[in-house]
This record gives sequence, structure tokens and C-alpha cells, in this order.
Amino acid sequence: MNTTAREILAVTGLQVAVEGKALLNGIDLTVRAGEVHAIMGPNGSGKSTFAQVLAGHESYEVLQGSARFLGEDLLDLPAEERARRGLFLAFQYPVEIPGVSNIYFLKAALNAVRRHQGLDELDAMDFISQVKEKLAAMQMDEALLYRSVNEDFSGGEKKRNEILQMMVLEPVLTILDETDSGLDIDALKVVADGVNSMRSPERAFIIVTHYQRLLNYIEPDTVHVLSAGRIARSGGPELAIELEQRGYGWLEQEAGVVP
Amino acid sequence: MMTGHVSYAEDFKAVAATLPGVGVPWLEQLRTNAMESFLDSGFPTTRIEDWKYTDLRSLTRRHYTPVTRPPSIDSVIPADPWWQDELQHRLVFIDGHFVPELCPLHPLLNGVTITSLARVLEQQPDLLEHRLGRNTALEQPGFNAFNTAFMRDGAYLTLGDGTVLEQSVHLLFVSTGTDLSMRPVRNIIVAGPHSHATVVESYVALGDAAGLTSAVTEISLETGAHIEHYKLEEESASASHIAGIYVTQERDSRFDSHNIALGGQLVRNDLQIALNGPGAATTLNGLTVTRGRQHVDNHTRVDHNKPQARSDEWYRGILDDRSRSIFNGRIVVHPNAQQTVSHQANHSLLLSGDAEADAKPQLEIHADDVQCTHGCTVGQLDEDVLFYFRSRGVDAVTARNFLVCAFAVDVLERIRLQPVRRMLERRLAGRFMDMEVLDSLRERLSG
Repeated sequence: MNTTAREILAVTGLQVAVEGKALLNGIDLTVRAGEVHAIMGPNGSGKSTFAQVLAGHESYEVLQGSARFLGEDLLDLPAEERARRGLFLAFQYPVEIPGVSNIYFLKAALNAVRRHQGLDELDAMDFISQVKEKLAAMQMDEALLYRSVNEDFSGGEKKRNEILQMMVLEPVLTILDETDSGLDIDALKVVADGVNSMRSPERAFIIVTHYQRLLNYIEPDTVHVLSAGRIARSGGPELAIELEQRGYGWLEQEAGVVP
Repeated sequence: MMTGHVSYAEDFKAVAATLPGVGVPWLEQLRTNAMESFLDSGFPTTRIEDWKYTDLRSLTRRHYTPVTRPPSIDSVIPADPWWQDELQHRLVFIDGHFVPELCPLHPLLNGVTITSLARVLEQQPDLLEHRLGRNTALEQPGFNAFNTAFMRDGAYLTLGDGTVLEQSVHLLFVSTGTDLSMRPVRNIIVAGPHSHATVVESYVALGDAAGLTSAVTEISLETGAHIEHYKLEEESASASHIAGIYVTQERDSRFDSHNIALGGQLVRNDLQIALNGPGAATTLNGLTVTRGRQHVDNHTRVDHNKPQARSDEWYRGILDDRSRSIFNGRIVVHPNAQQTVSHQANHSLLLSGDAEADAKPQLEIHADDVQCTHGCTVGQLDEDVLFYFRSRGVDAVTARNFLVCAFAVDVLERIRLQPVRRMLERRLAGRFMDMEVLDSLRERLSG
């Protein structure tokens, strides 16, 4: 691992609760430019909570710890400011927005990011041609651009739509929250190709997943296993394979957690 | 000085001789009966079921004085001439008085009459003897009798057999002055067999014009007639506006109503549709957008009196601050009205925790072979959707605007008359939109 690469995310001792119930009990994680981190763990281990907290969801209460994103205090920023600075969460359950067309949603999002970067809004023609190129890469039907965001999309279309948004917004840090769940193998490959096409020495990824399957297509540098709101173990890609074979039970026993 | 509704007896005595059609016996009798009825009943109170949610004490504590003479035209420059680029027939009324100087009437087809009601009352009162009050019972407590007693002017539109009026008819009612003035308006629309017209009734205020507008519109559709009717209410935030639209429909006629309420402090709309012939169809669209302490009460009633008629009703409200809206949608399917189709939907979006929307669907079905549905929702913006926007860099205000527009689109896309749609887009843009949102709305509407 290149420890001289730019530090993108630095999480220290992060403790989070919702409605008084502790969900994260001290997470430490550093992500540098160019890296792909996988976060695995059983249901209820805090994976999705971690992803949502990083994105700025306000129903979570940060009790302790810090998170710095590109040198700034992430936890101090509202969700939209995090997004404008280059943090992107691909939702596990993307919401439907009846009455708002996908293309305008994309445009509003891109313009918000560009304004933050001090750039002019993209010309309508340039925008549409860029989007169409990325749409083709995601093997999505053009008609989806003109439908309401995610409304009556299939599960696979919703997940592809998340990756399409990522490709349009070109974030520095992408967090994929169980993007692989509910995808068939073809869709999984398309999603993985989309992510891989965005990999670069400047960007980083956190892949939250229950299964090792997606990691066959997007190879991580580091795998972390979350258990009861803590990182119980970190290792290389081989850790994911071990988990696939042995399940999560042995780790929780090692960590002294009663499931 | 007397107080309460009884005090209007003095006004009636004072102005009766100045009202149009003075000396016409049946009309004088009609007015006198109406005044007596009003003096008996007074204004409705919240003890009456249909007025349960609308407390009129702010209105009844005040005394509104009839405007016997309108202000000079020079002092009245319409603030927002959104209609002026459109070729159409227009009647302008200032504080309830017809102003012919502001009314371009394009050459009319044979069989069409568009004029002021006062003129007809003065010149050909016989035309109205069996027409006035036909669709609205005087015994209805309060406002209709009040209106009939004091009515001064309004539009008179008749369409002969098979007449199709290509250009829309715009009835513009302008309120001026900040005093407690009373503006009684009565419109009569008679659509002959297989005739067609589009009529826009709009109520606008100059500045902070207060007072009370009392408007009654009677619309009769004969066999196969089609009327598209728009009511746009944009009175000032200190005005009261009480309106009734009473419609009768014969066989195979079609009535499309768009009831848009944007202004006014206290607003009440009563729409009553009697489907009196097989194949008659009515569509009631409504949009209420309120803020501050506005109070808008929409009461609709559709009577399916004959078989095989259809009614579709779509009302939406967007409420901010401490404003309040009421939707009461009554559908009565009478015993012989088999094969009735009736759908009703009412949705309200609350933008503030202090806003309140009350919805009351009332279906009374006395026939067995009918297809009736209804549904209503009252909700706030979905927090998950707002977070989704924000997670993409879009701030909460812009997200809210997108969602408000998405909510309004359903009503807007039913509005076929382009100038009205554009006006409404502009009004919504002024409140809820930046250009990006407006573009998305236009795209959606043109798509």
C-alpha cells in the first residue's frame, strides 16, 4: 500500500447511536487515493450505518470520534456539502421520486457539484451527450432518462442508475452500500465494470457488502470485517474468500461477541 | 349603527334604487325575497355541518359596504397583464362594475352573446326571468341570498345550438381599494346543444385590496354542450372571497372545471354539479396553494341524477406556514343512476408543521351497478427523498422546489389552456422554483 498517497478519508474512534442504541462502537479507518476498501460483516454489524453516517444522514447521532474528508471535518458538513466536495453514496435502497425526471435530477446534481467547483453549468448538448455515453456503458435504456427517478425501475435498473449518477458526478470517494444485493450476474458485471472504469490514482472506493461475490469483479486492496460496530479484522483480498468459506461466526467468536 | 348581518338591510334599502333592472317587477321581487331569506338565515356558522371547518367570525364582525361607483379607469392599471398577448374575448369588472373601455370583443359568431349581466337586466330583463337563480336555491343559507339581493353585474354568455367559440372568454374581476367594500358578482352561462366554449374567471387584486367578493356563477349545459371553465382566484392576503359555481348538465354534455386558489385570506368555493342526463361527464380539477394564515375551503358536490354519467375529481393542495385548507367532496349517486362512474382523489402536501389540511370525502351511493373510487392523502415531504437529493449535492430548498413542482404537475398537465398554464407556472416559479426546476416542469409538461 502506498502510504504517501493523498489521504482521502480518515475516521478515528467513531461512535454512533440512533435513538439511544449504539450502532458503531469505535471505527478507525484510513482511505488513501487509489485505494479500494471492502467492508464486510454480518447483518446488523453496522456496515450500512457507517455508509449512511459518512454520507450525512441526520438520524444518526455521532457520540464520539472524528472523520476527516480531504482534510476537512466531514461530520461538520451537511450532506449536500459532502456530496459537492466529492463524496458519493450509492444507496442500498435508492428512493423513487415521482414527478422528477431522471435527466433533470442528474443535471441538478451535476450543476450543484460544478458550482461548488467554480465551474459554469454544462451546456445542455454537452451534458446530454456525456450522459448518453455513460448510459450506454451501463447498458441502460435511454428511456430511463426521461422517466421519474427510479419510479417503477427494476431492482437492477435502480442499482445501475446509482452507478450512472456516480459516473456523471465523478466523485473522489464512492461508497457502495450493498450495491450487489439483488443483482443477477450480468447486472453485477455491468455495475463492476462501471466502478472499475472509474478507478484511478486520484479516486477511492469503499465497498460495503455482505458477500464476497462483487469482490471477484472489483478487487479490493483491503478487506475489513465489521462486527458489533467495530472493525474485528482487516486483511487482503484473501480475507474475503476466507469469509465466504467459513461464514462470519468464527470471527465473532474470536472477537468475543455473542451473536 | 346596527351590527351583524341585519345591518345589511340598511345597505339594501340604500342601494336598491341604484341596482340594475330597478323597476322590473320579477327582479325586484327576487331581490326582496333574497334579502328576506338572508335576514332570516344570516351568514353560516360552524354549527352548520358544511361550514364546520370555516369560522366566518372575522367576516361577520365586519361590515362590507356596496361599491356604488367604481374608481376611475386611470387609477386601475392591471398589475399583471398575463392575458394580454392572447387573442380572446374579455370582460373586465372593477369592484363589480363592468368597464366596457377595457374590453376588446372580437367579432362574434352568430348565436353567441357575450355581455354584461347588468346590461341584460336593464335592456332585456325577460331573458333572465327564468334563468337567474335557476341553478342555485335561494334557501341555501347565507351567501347565495346575499349575492342575489346585492348582485350588480357579471358576465352573461349564451351559446346557440352548435356554436363553437374558438377564442376563450376571459372574465376579469379586479378588486381595488383597502376599505371594506362588497363586490357581488353574478355570472350566467348558457351553453346550447352541442356548443363549446372555454371560459376563464379570474379574480385579481390591485395592491392590498381588501373587502369581500361574493361571486355566484350559474352554468347550464344543454345536450352535448362542452364548457371548459377556469376559476383563478388571486385576491389579496387581506380579502375574503366566497364563491359558488352551480352547474346543470344534460345528456352527453361535458364540463371541465379548474379551480385554482392562490390568494385571499378567507376563501370558500362551492361547486355543485347536477348530472341530469345519461352520458354527461364532469371533471373537477383543483389546486390550492396557500401560505401565511390563508384559509381555503373547497366544497364540491356532484349529483348523479341519471344513469351512465361520469365524474372525475382531482384536488391538490400545497400548504405552507400556518395556512389551512379544507376539501369536502360529496358524490351522490341517486337510486336510478346505474352505471355511474365516479373517481375522486384529494392530496395535500404540507410544507410546514403548522399547516393543516382537512379532507372529507362523502360518497352516498344509492344504486348498485356503479364504479366509484376515492382516496385522499395528507403528507409532508418525504425525508428519505430529501436526503437522496442532498446526498447528490442538491440543497434542501431546491429539493423541496423539485418536489413541490412534481406534486403540482398532476394538476398542471390537465390544464389545456396555454395562457392559464403559463400564468400558473409563473406563479409557482415565483414561490417555489429556480430556472432549473421550471425547465424540468416544462419538459415534463411538453413530454
